[in-house]
Amino acid sequence: MSEKHNKHEDIKKPQRRGGMGHGPGAMMPGEKAKNFKGTMKKLIGHLSVYKIAIIISLVFAIGSAAFSIVGPKIMGKATTKLFEGVIAKFSGTGSIDMNYIGWILILLVGLYLLSAIFGYVQGWLMSSVSMKVSYKFRKDISEKINRMPLKYFDGTNHGEVLSRVTNDVDTLSQTLNQSIGQIITSVTTVIGVLIMMFTISWQMALVAIGVIPLSLVLVMIIVKQSQKYFKQQQEYLGNLNGHIEEMYGGHIVVKAFNGEKNSIEKFDISNRKLYGSAWKSQFLTSIMMPLMGFVGNLGYVAISILGGYYAIKNVIEVGDIQAFIQYVRQFTQPISQLANISNILQQTAASAERVFEFLDEEEEIPETPKPVKLNRVDGVVEFRNVNFGYKEDTTIINNFSAIVKPGQKVAIVGPTGAGKTTMVKLLMRFYDINQGSILIDGQDIRDFTREDLRSMFGMVLQDTWLYNGTIMDNIRYGRLDATDSEVIAAAKAAHVDSFVHTLPNGYNMELNEEASNVSQGQKQLITIARAILSDPRILILDEATSSVDTRTEVQIQKAMLNLMKDRTSFVIAHRLSTIRDADLILVMDHGDIVEQGNHTELLAKGGFYANLYYSQFEVSKVS
Amino acid sequence: MYKLAKYLKPYTGLILIAIVFLFGQAMADLSLPDYMSKIVNTGIQQGGIENAVPEAIRASRFEKLPMFMSEDDRAEVSGSYELIDKASADYDTYVKKYPALANEPVYVLKEIDDSQIDKLNPILGKAFIAISQMEKMQEEAKALQAEKAMTDVDLSKAGGVHPAEESANQLKEMNEKFAAMDDKMIVQAAASSVRAEYEALGMDVDGLRINYIIRIGIMMLLLSLLSAACVIVVGFISSRTGAGLASNLRRDVFTKVSSFSNEELDKFSTSSLITRTTNDINHVQMLVMMMIRMVFYALIMAVGGVIKAIGKSQSMTWIIAVAVLAILGLILCVFAIALPKFKLIQKLVDRLNLVTRENLSGMMVIRAFNTQKFEEERFDNANQELTSINLFVNRVMVVMFPTMTLVMNIITLLIIWVGANQVSTSSMQVGDMMAFMQYAMQIMFAFLMMSFMFIMIPRASVAAQRIAEVLETDPTIKDPEKPKSFSTNEKGVVEFRNVSFMYHGAEENMLKNISFKALPGQTTAFIGSTGSGKTTLVNLIPRFYDVTEGQVLVDGIDVREVSQHDLREKIGYVPQKSSLFSGTIESNMKYANEGASENDVNKALEIAQAIDFVNEKPEGTKSAISQGGSNVSGGQKQRLSIARALMKKPEIYVFDDSFSALDFKTDSTLRKALKDNIKSSTLLIVAQRISTIMNAEQIIVLDEGRIVGKGTHKELMENCTAYQEIALSQLSKEELA
Repeated sequence: MSEKHNKHEDIKKPQRRGGMGHGPGAMMPGEKAKNFKGTMKKLIGHLSVYKIAIIISLVFAIGSAAFSIVGPKIMGKATTKLFEGVIAKFSGTGSIDMNYIGWILILLVGLYLLSAIFGYVQGWLMSSVSMKVSYKFRKDISEKINRMPLKYFDGTNHGEVLSRVTNDVDTLSQTLNQSIGQIITSVTTVIGVLIMMFTISWQMALVAIGVIPLSLVLVMIIVKQSQKYFKQQQEYLGNLNGHIEEMYGGHIVVKAFNGEKNSIEKFDISNRKLYGSAWKSQFLTSIMMPLMGFVGNLGYVAISILGGYYAIKNVIEVGDIQAFIQYVRQFTQPISQLANISNILQQTAASAERVFEFLDEEEEIPETPKPVKLNRVDGVVEFRNVNFGYKEDTTIINNFSAIVKPGQKVAIVGPTGAGKTTMVKLLMRFYDINQGSILIDGQDIRDFTREDLRSMFGMVLQDTWLYNGTIMDNIRYGRLDATDSEVIAAAKAAHVDSFVHTLPNGYNMELNEEASNVSQGQKQLITIARAILSDPRILILDEATSSVDTRTEVQIQKAMLNLMKDRTSFVIAHRLSTIRDADLILVMDHGDIVEQGNHTELLAKGGFYANLYYSQFEVSKVS
Repeated sequence: MYKLAKYLKPYTGLILIAIVFLFGQAMADLSLPDYMSKIVNTGIQQGGIENAVPEAIRASRFEKLPMFMSEDDRAEVSGSYELIDKASADYDTYVKKYPALANEPVYVLKEIDDSQIDKLNPILGKAFIAISQMEKMQEEAKALQAEKAMTDVDLSKAGGVHPAEESANQLKEMNEKFAAMDDKMIVQAAASSVRAEYEALGMDVDGLRINYIIRIGIMMLLLSLLSAACVIVVGFISSRTGAGLASNLRRDVFTKVSSFSNEELDKFSTSSLITRTTNDINHVQMLVMMMIRMVFYALIMAVGGVIKAIGKSQSMTWIIAVAVLAILGLILCVFAIALPKFKLIQKLVDRLNLVTRENLSGMMVIRAFNTQKFEEERFDNANQELTSINLFVNRVMVVMFPTMTLVMNIITLLIIWVGANQVSTSSMQVGDMMAFMQYAMQIMFAFLMMSFMFIMIPRASVAAQRIAEVLETDPTIKDPEKPKSFSTNEKGVVEFRNVSFMYHGAEENMLKNISFKALPGQTTAFIGSTGSGKTTLVNLIPRFYDVTEGQVLVDGIDVREVSQHDLREKIGYVPQKSSLFSGTIESNMKYANEGASENDVNKALEIAQAIDFVNEKPEGTKSAISQGGSNVSGGQKQRLSIARALMKKPEIYVFDDSFSALDFKTDSTLRKALKDNIKSSTLLIVAQRISTIMNAEQIIVLDEGRIVGKGTHKELMENCTAYQEIALSQLSKEELA
């Protein structure tokens, strides 16, 4: 069970990869999807449901960008008029046409207002779409989990699945929200600005475009350098965090073995390395903007000079030069955004890929087309030449056969790690056997629907799984349509009723997230009540109750006896009394059933079971 | 947050330097618009003519100028120019520069300083404007005369008188007009006359314009280079300061936590301490960097921008106030609506995670009870809630950016409108208006930056608070000032004398009046239900906690009187939750005893029944152990953890429920091996299973912190009901006999 425990710990901290993820996105070495094109195609397929909203939002994005591009051009008209007016005034030939300027400004207010509204509508639509997409993905994943074979989760960390539900879907929706709007706005802006620039002066436009490769090269050099340090920083940060977690987690061991000095020395080494890469990566990030700014100004000056020249030649109006310069300023931003978008898209694809991968995982074998339904279940369980292995090529259960009659008790024993829960998993068809068959009342379990099959069983595991709800809710989990009085009757049979009244709010007490506000033993009793309520024909019990105090232990034992009455039961046994009373003992080692029979038979055989049994009392015998 | 201020101390110098450079950057950034407007203003509009004091004037023109000047001004002007003609020494150089010199003498500006130019500006400016106006009028008049001459010749007589009178009138009018104009406007107005004069001189006027733009352009580039250089220096300083401060903080926090006893660890909880040492410090680092880079800069920019803007136009400063208020108002509104929801989002994300986690961990139960639909609904509820709140926040945030752009654009338009009006009444220049626009934008950005920073500050200050809490906590367990040393006669005697213990903040004693003595060569075992205080009791021996009352003695000395180091040297401790460290099996073994040989390692592994599975691994003792030992099973971890304690060959062994993950068989062989190999040491064992401790020389039964039985198995079976209860729940009567 300890492996399982570890899994739980992993789940609690699903996202510790991030660390110092505050830097600008462009700097972080982004994850790459294995199959970018395919994933994107699939994603677009998923998005096609919302195509109307997306198209409208695209139109609005283009509109918004277009309006804000025309702005400077029109504003330029106002400044030109102003200049003309000023010159006319001094040469005494006229005055400034305030009327004209006023009208232009009013026009501009309208235009900017429209642009803002368009921008808002676009954002509104896109955020709806991305939220809906992420809602749908989460829902799909949650439903998918229930359709997948348990086998999948043996090889996959729970934290990983969790990370898909939260982190990946989140990244997906965020990047979707950002990138689609941004791509369109940036592309529109770039194209629009280019058009405007060319209409003013193609020569000046060429100069403005000429600056781009320069800044791109600069950006690339810096990004490459800083990525190196970012990677290093992530690595050292990981090392350091690992060391911190380990030392804090094993604090008591560190103390017991006088390891503080050693630990601090090790910490210092990592800490110094981290410092070195941290400041370098931050520094490189910080010089990006000023360098870009300088290149931008370089373009500005070049254009001013050219503009001055054309003004002399009277090719362009002063206002147009003004407008052009504003366009130059508008030009750099969408360009660097577009450069960043490829990064964002990569991230989107990587997240989408992981989500799709999960959604495409193999599902449980489909139900039989003509399921059998039993009116009355007697509880005869037969294993007929069962062969099974968790992996295709390794069989751990070889040719096992046994018949269990109604009401009989089967004890499963063996050392830790012998695979005792395997039997449970096979009976309830969490796993399908490779060869042979398991029959209940003479029917192959594969001929039932899974639901019908599982409803014949009741299960109490050592890992007392309860959910974040009231005690009443948790017991009712055994049969969701049970009435309150039925729940309370089950609680009484399981000795839950006796302690429940000592808790605040009694049956309505909300279990906290770790269900740590009731004791381990109490949890066990609740799971027994849950099983009693479901009133199964066949029972699966795990006896291990290592961390329970003696009095509760006695109660659990009594409750279990209550539960087992008249029911066929499979018990993963730890108590010798249970084992000795069992009608059939299955002795397991290394996953296989090595011996079967009752207590006396097995002792007489002098094999693995006898050895196991005596080993425990060897010392006591000597004394 | 000020509690961490001392960590900034070593960087005070650097930060001051950074501020100086930020000033440089701000100054450069603030003068940039000046130069940009100069390019448009002077370069393009005035054709590169900066002032109304021409560097050269034709003699014919120069002589006309005094007409429009006062006596003093005349002296001033003539003193600043010198006459160059064919007789002059530098005639050849000048004639190249001013081709018109070949036809007539030229007055050339002497080398005078800027203040002199400023003084001459209005004088010459007015004169030039007046002359050009005059000439224009005369031309008009001439044209008129010519026209009239064609039709009515008689009028020519009268025409001769008129111009003089008219010009006097116009001069008066003009002077009135000048009164309303400031010097700059005069220069602007005079620029075309000066230009005409240059043209008349035969100078390259177009070259003048381009040269001017290039010159200002180079200045602009230099300024922007300066600004970039400043940013880079500041970036360097802020990165080093932030990272350095974080590194120092991290070290101090880590060292502090290493000195903590279990009590402090319990108080903070391990996971919280990890966050404090990692994420919280990162927050502080980011804040420090941002503070240096942005807050100071934004402040300087805002103040400087306002000053510059006022310098350009006092009458329009209200627009800046409106702009700042609008931006701040917008941000405040958005965040007032969105911020409380952010917290809610976190809660809902946690909820969603919880349900998913439960779905994953309870997979078997869910399927067993066929409650998949129920779970899907549970998930869907959480999902829907999260989606709707996310949508709301997103929509609010989506308002922000278009609205912000709108505000900025409208402010620009407002400046143009108000500015144009002022230009039309001649109280402002177009270039100044444009510069004002730039300043307004810069000020708005500065406030934007600051308001975003102020959103970051509360978060970082919480982080800083949490870090400070750790640094301010003093460990409750400290070494005595004059530690005693252990005598050599007694080895491994542990004695509890009337020990009571209460956890910090608890209401009741966890241990009550415990007394016993554990002797070398013997096993002392502790049994009792959960919560009876077994673990607490053994944790007092290595002084993980200090007793509340009574004494714990090791080899006859109170554990509080020796150094923790010496005490723990004597003890081999195996914790309940066995934690291994990342590395190899060997490195974990040697953690207890660095100088141990390979033989020692193997021997310890052998006793701990770990040698078999270690040897089964292809790399043996060199096999990697991942963090926390998560790549070995629970039972293997326990055995390795036992072996580690054995490596130390201590006088006292403490096994805190260290056999629980072992199966019965391994448990018994391990105990036998222990018995055979460590004959002279004192063994203290906490156990759950009776079978583990049945053979101990002394069994101590605990119940609710009290000793309720002490003796051998046999004795306790006879006289201790609590012990019997435990025993009977685990074994049958025959087996216990």
